[in-house]
Amino acid sequence: MTQLPESTERKLGLVIDLDTCVGCHACVIACKGWNTEHYGAPLSDQDPYGAEPSGTFLNRIHSYEVQPETGPAQLVHFPKSCLHCEDAPCVTVCPTGASYKRTEDGIVLVNETDCIGCGLCAWACPYGAREMDRAEGVMKKCTLCVDRIYNENLPEIDRTPACVRTCPAGARHFGDLGDPRSDVSRLVAERGGMDLMPEQGTKPVNKYLPPRPKDRLDQETDILAPLLAPVAEDAKGFLGWLDRTLERLPGPANRPSEPRRDKRGER
Amino acid sequence: MHPAPSIIAFSTFSGLGLGLLFWLGIDPDPPTGWVAFTFFVIAYVLAVGGLVSSTFHLGRPERAIKAFTQWRSSWLSREAWASVAALVVMALYGLGLVFFDANWTILGWLGAALAMLTVLTTSMIYTQMKTVPRWNMWLTPVLFIALSLAGGALLSGRVTIAIWLLALAGAVQLGWWVVGDTRLVQSGTTMETATGLGPMGTVRSFEPPHTGTNYLLDEMVHVVGRRHAQKLRLIAFGLMIVLPILLLLLPFPHIFGILALLSHAAGVLASRWLFFAEAEHVVGLYYGMR
Amino acid sequence: MGQPRIDTSPAVSDEVRKTTCYMCACRCGIDVHMKVGPDGEKRVAYIEGNRDHPVNRGVLCAKGSAGIMQHNAPSRLRAPLKRVGPRGSGEFEEISWDEAMQIATDWLEPLRETAPEKLAFFTGRDQSQSFTSFWAQNFGTPNYAAHGGFCSVNMAAAGIYTMGGAFWEFGQPDWDHTKLFMIFGVAEDHDSNPIKMGLGKIKARGAKVIGVNPIRTGYNAIADDWVGITPGTDGLFILSLVHELLRAGKIDLDYLARYTNAPVLVNGDPKLPEHGLFLRNESDKPLVMDRDTGKLTPFDQPGVKPDLAATYRRAGNTHRTVMHHLAERYLDSRYAPDAVAKTCGVPAAKIRRIAAEIAHVAFEQAIEIDQPWTDFRGERHETMKGRPVSFHAMRGISAHSNGFQTARALHVLQILLGSVETPGGFRFKPPYPKPATAHPKPHCKVTPGKPLDGPHLGFVQGPDDLALRDDGTPARIDKAFTWENPMSAHGLMHMVISNAHAGDPYRIDTLFMYMANMAWNSSMNTRGVMEMLTDTDASGNYVIPRIIYSDAYSSEMVAYADLVLPDTTYLERHDCISLLDRPISEADAAADAIRWPVVEPDRDVRCFQLVLCDLGARLCLPGFVNEDGSQKYADYADYITHHERRPGIGPLAGWRMGETGLTGGRGGVNEAQIDSYIANGGFWTAHIPEEGQYYKPWNTAYQDWAVEIGLYDAPAPYLFQLYVEPLRRFQLAAEGHGQRQPPDYLRERIKATLDPLPIWYAPLEDGHVDPEAFPVHALTQRPMAMYHSWGSQNAWLRQIHGHNPLYLPTNLWQRHGFAEGDWARVTSAHGEITVPVAHMAALNENTVWTWNAIGKRKGAWALDKDAPEATKGFLLNHLIHELLPPKGDGLRWANSDPITGQAAWFDLRVKIEKAAAPDEAHPVFQPQISPVGEGPDELRWKIGS
Repeated sequence: MTQLPESTERKLGLVIDLDTCVGCHACVIACKGWNTEHYGAPLSDQDPYGAEPSGTFLNRIHSYEVQPETGPAQLVHFPKSCLHCEDAPCVTVCPTGASYKRTEDGIVLVNETDCIGCGLCAWACPYGAREMDRAEGVMKKCTLCVDRIYNENLPEIDRTPACVRTCPAGARHFGDLGDPRSDVSRLVAERGGMDLMPEQGTKPVNKYLPPRPKDRLDQETDILAPLLAPVAEDAKGFLGWLDRTLERLPGPANRPSEPRRDKRGER
Repeated sequence: MHPAPSIIAFSTFSGLGLGLLFWLGIDPDPPTGWVAFTFFVIAYVLAVGGLVSSTFHLGRPERAIKAFTQWRSSWLSREAWASVAALVVMALYGLGLVFFDANWTILGWLGAALAMLTVLTTSMIYTQMKTVPRWNMWLTPVLFIALSLAGGALLSGRVTIAIWLLALAGAVQLGWWVVGDTRLVQSGTTMETATGLGPMGTVRSFEPPHTGTNYLLDEMVHVVGRRHAQKLRLIAFGLMIVLPILLLLLPFPHIFGILALLSHAAGVLASRWLFFAEAEHVVGLYYGMR
Repeated sequence: MGQPRIDTSPAVSDEVRKTTCYMCACRCGIDVHMKVGPDGEKRVAYIEGNRDHPVNRGVLCAKGSAGIMQHNAPSRLRAPLKRVGPRGSGEFEEISWDEAMQIATDWLEPLRETAPEKLAFFTGRDQSQSFTSFWAQNFGTPNYAAHGGFCSVNMAAAGIYTMGGAFWEFGQPDWDHTKLFMIFGVAEDHDSNPIKMGLGKIKARGAKVIGVNPIRTGYNAIADDWVGITPGTDGLFILSLVHELLRAGKIDLDYLARYTNAPVLVNGDPKLPEHGLFLRNESDKPLVMDRDTGKLTPFDQPGVKPDLAATYRRAGNTHRTVMHHLAERYLDSRYAPDAVAKTCGVPAAKIRRIAAEIAHVAFEQAIEIDQPWTDFRGERHETMKGRPVSFHAMRGISAHSNGFQTARALHVLQILLGSVETPGGFRFKPPYPKPATAHPKPHCKVTPGKPLDGPHLGFVQGPDDLALRDDGTPARIDKAFTWENPMSAHGLMHMVISNAHAGDPYRIDTLFMYMANMAWNSSMNTRGVMEMLTDTDASGNYVIPRIIYSDAYSSEMVAYADLVLPDTTYLERHDCISLLDRPISEADAAADAIRWPVVEPDRDVRCFQLVLCDLGARLCLPGFVNEDGSQKYADYADYITHHERRPGIGPLAGWRMGETGLTGGRGGVNEAQIDSYIANGGFWTAHIPEEGQYYKPWNTAYQDWAVEIGLYDAPAPYLFQLYVEPLRRFQLAAEGHGQRQPPDYLRERIKATLDPLPIWYAPLEDGHVDPEAFPVHALTQRPMAMYHSWGSQNAWLRQIHGHNPLYLPTNLWQRHGFAEGDWARVTSAHGEITVPVAHMAALNENTVWTWNAIGKRKGAWALDKDAPEATKGFLLNHLIHELLPPKGDGLRWANSDPITGQAAWFDLRVKIEKAAAPDEAHPVFQPQISPVGEGPDELRWKIGS
């Protein structure tokens, strides 16, 4: 199955909101936990309590500092896992057919029993989405929790990838990006969802929602948002204003107040 | 990229061995008997030894046989087929020369073509990697084939041809370095495109996802100092090209030929080390490294 | 060739057991998935968030999901330990529980009979404080507290004194309605998942977040606007916002008149001992002027219309309202944006712009919920009006020596906007609101052989409530509730070891600690603390004679104990997260929860609370023995089920035995209570009625509900205290009024800092340390994926944060010519460290910072001696002292808030120099001998097949 399918019935993937991700690594560990216990070999750790701990993770959070032309630098937390590309170069380089892209949903998977651990797929992936498990000698990657999203042993609401289920800020969204009416597709349309390394031609299914413009208060002019107009410059003036204002407050509080409006919910 | 000794040894020695097989295959007047036997043993030790060494790089070498299945799309699979085909055909050809004193020319030509095809498939494994812009250019297969041919010529004692081919390979190597140095920039892949944050400003890695190392960093991110690399390039080029040519220009080519060969092999090993060590995988950009 | 067939519906687990996380103070609900392993044993296979749980609604942070690695960490202690080598070495022998309990009893029994105060019992990250304090109270020692004194007391005290509730996890923004959220110095270890969930809600609506923090990481990274303030100046910035809002009249006068002490009249005669106190009637009720009648009226009289602008003259003494004082104070030009901009490091225009934004949202985008309600004066309101500006703050403003007043300033800002307990603003979580007057006062009367005369900790109302002995010396070893820090409501754990070592105010015999890594990251002056713990007197005996320590893990502190009582992991124990303590309530519901042993320990360890039940019985402590002298509580679960603090009120409020069946809140003991919790997923909730959801301190429906479920015994409506009278009482004492008088050296400081209206003063360290010589502020932050020191023993988490650089702003980075990979020598007035540095542009230009508690001592936590935590990781603690450097007045002033005693570790000033890279981060300490060995070389953790 080294060849890519011409097209897939659905394009399941993630939409990651960089304006909301606080960089807490919750998704990283939820992924590690689920995929250590489920799908294929456990994600191993070498020297876990030693001088050079390192292990297999399928999802990792980078953080970047961005310096705009004007204004203060910004920090962006940046989760990264397999993007389940439409033109997945990792699949076509595989000599054994262990790597494949599913025709029904577009998920890119590794069939671990066929994997020889040559590492070529990891070389071919521009995103660093694949990591060789050093204990098992096979390539591991995000499965989009294929053993959760269809799992009839889970309540329907839990049939999402572990990273999405656990994300405290709700910065991760899962759905069919091939369906323009899906929630995820709408989010991508509304918020200008983007591809990573579009020039690599991989056509990633996962999209990233860019951070919203920041530090606008620094830039806004008085026209857009007028500053406060003073009513007083000192305590004496303030008390004068206070007196005048209190006079205008609604009538005595001890009068039973009348219903003032119809119930229309929150205004 | 991590300069894995197994891969460096594999590509260097199999390149030499396959180069020798090429010259044996197209030799209109090939050696026979014990002489042929010696040549073929050398060629096979190098080629097969290289191939075996490459399996050390595998996580599950016991499943290596599965690598033959995906020849329609995978260069590694094609390499597997090509190398087996080249070795089998050349084995038959060699059988004829050694034991039957027979020159089955067609087999020789076919084996020679397959040997170079094998070198080509090996080089294409690297060349196809868009993720490694330094490799991802047509000069890469040219370089591999030129070095294989030159090394093969040297091994097979073709002094004049070897001198010319070494000169050619040297030119290609220089070109490969010069052009290669510009490839990452030319690829257009930057931290800004990697993160999509370019429209906001200049992007810098603030904190990696993990303070220790991982497979990606070990395998794909190898930082070699610029000065160090330049020095190694000089050494590699001197050993691989300059010194062998000088040695070959001296009298007593058989004695100096062996020295030339050893020098060349050492030079190719150094060049191959640089081939990996200097190669910037774009994933390094996510770590703020190249 | 077709693609492989895979099983997309594999069995997830064999059983799910629902309990409560303990990886930080968030206390989320977790689903622990159990699987039968190859050996036939059922084991923990996977942990995820509990979707039904009120705290986390299914989500879970990195720490929680990594709980499986915590629970199985090789650093777990295995059996009771008796020290055989010198203190600090880590040389122990394993002993039996019988022997351990006998040793503890032999040590403690004579103390109780003769001098109970010679036991100092302090707990760290203890989540059972209502139980441990109950034990200490019954023992009779006044020396009990948890770790709030170096964590949160400024914020807790400021919140409770001001408005009967605090930030931290005791309240939350109205996430569903707020339109502008401003966040000050919030760390990620309290209420962390709720805050992340809340930010997610705000972001999904596209509402605005403003982050005020010198460092732009985490929550501040996603803030729409960032105020990179100079550390320790938040109070001034806030008061400048107050100045701007007052100047523009953008305050909620109706709210101020009805629900706060803004209209209360203040005595204005400087000669009187009541100067600055409230005008009160004969039944001690503060008085306001009624605008309709023009007469003095108790604040809570039905129909009163309090006059904010009133003055009242009597016998030449002019009483003015709090509002009047407040306007006079904050309209002063010293709070003008232009006057504060330089100190705060925030441009004046930005301060004005933020004030305008706040005013705009509060007053132009006000919201109203159609929900009638009735206030405590009997007035019915048809709607609930809201000012949708919300605030949250934590340690960033709390851990300064001006933190109490800064937190007060922020509460005053909130209250002026009318955005506390109103829709879109800040909401309390039950048992809050609860004013300071409804909390106990501190108790310290010791009677040998008898319990203490009441709860240790509380809220003083004036000098009479201080914990002083008859001779005026401190009653407590930590000197809490003394003139040095009168409102130290959480005690001062960080002073215990140094005071015990100095024998000041007296010597103790046994230091008994639980889950507090005082010999490392939980102390300032770490090296000094290690020396104090190991110091000997002239005859070679330890100055602190005995140390008992309980922990589940091989922390640095273990090596300093004489007797180690190994605790269980959080999955092996009973616990209650109680309404008597720090429950898991949300703003719309009261809630409590349990832990229960989802697995049995595989080591010879015992839940610490069980050990206390046993020890309490051996010591015959009332409350821990039956009338016949037998042990009252077999274990902690037994206590949780059967203990009653007041009739009908126990540790757990759910499924109590009512007259007609099971009930929530008040009720009798239910033998099956814990089973009911387990069946319900480990927690219980009681929803506040809709008409009681907002305006809780004044809302009859809420008050009645709170009485019904047992939060109060009678409705207790109150006014928000913009002006905090107890502070004024201490000032009066300092001015010479009253019987109890402060020592002379403290008079001026008390007058200056215990101001009843929020003030800002520069962090005290600035007055002791030359700001020219030490020009740089140094801070720590807690990474979201680590909690205190616990993360390092976690194989998954330590890969994320295995060592920590010191982050330097561009300004310092360039000025000192630093490059990647460089090291710096960082010096404070107290100490010096040499550490790796890294560059960060999104940082206040005069601030450096690092991640907290990554650095580890060699040999601790079952890590390799060459672990990066020990070779490159470091603590800033080495640079901070519990005392400020001498300034020539012959005194050593505490490095803490003068009001609460909160450790002021964020006041730290340092200087930076480039240094040659050493082999390891400095200082380097001798390795400890690990009592548990080291962890395995590889993990392939999979329970199922």
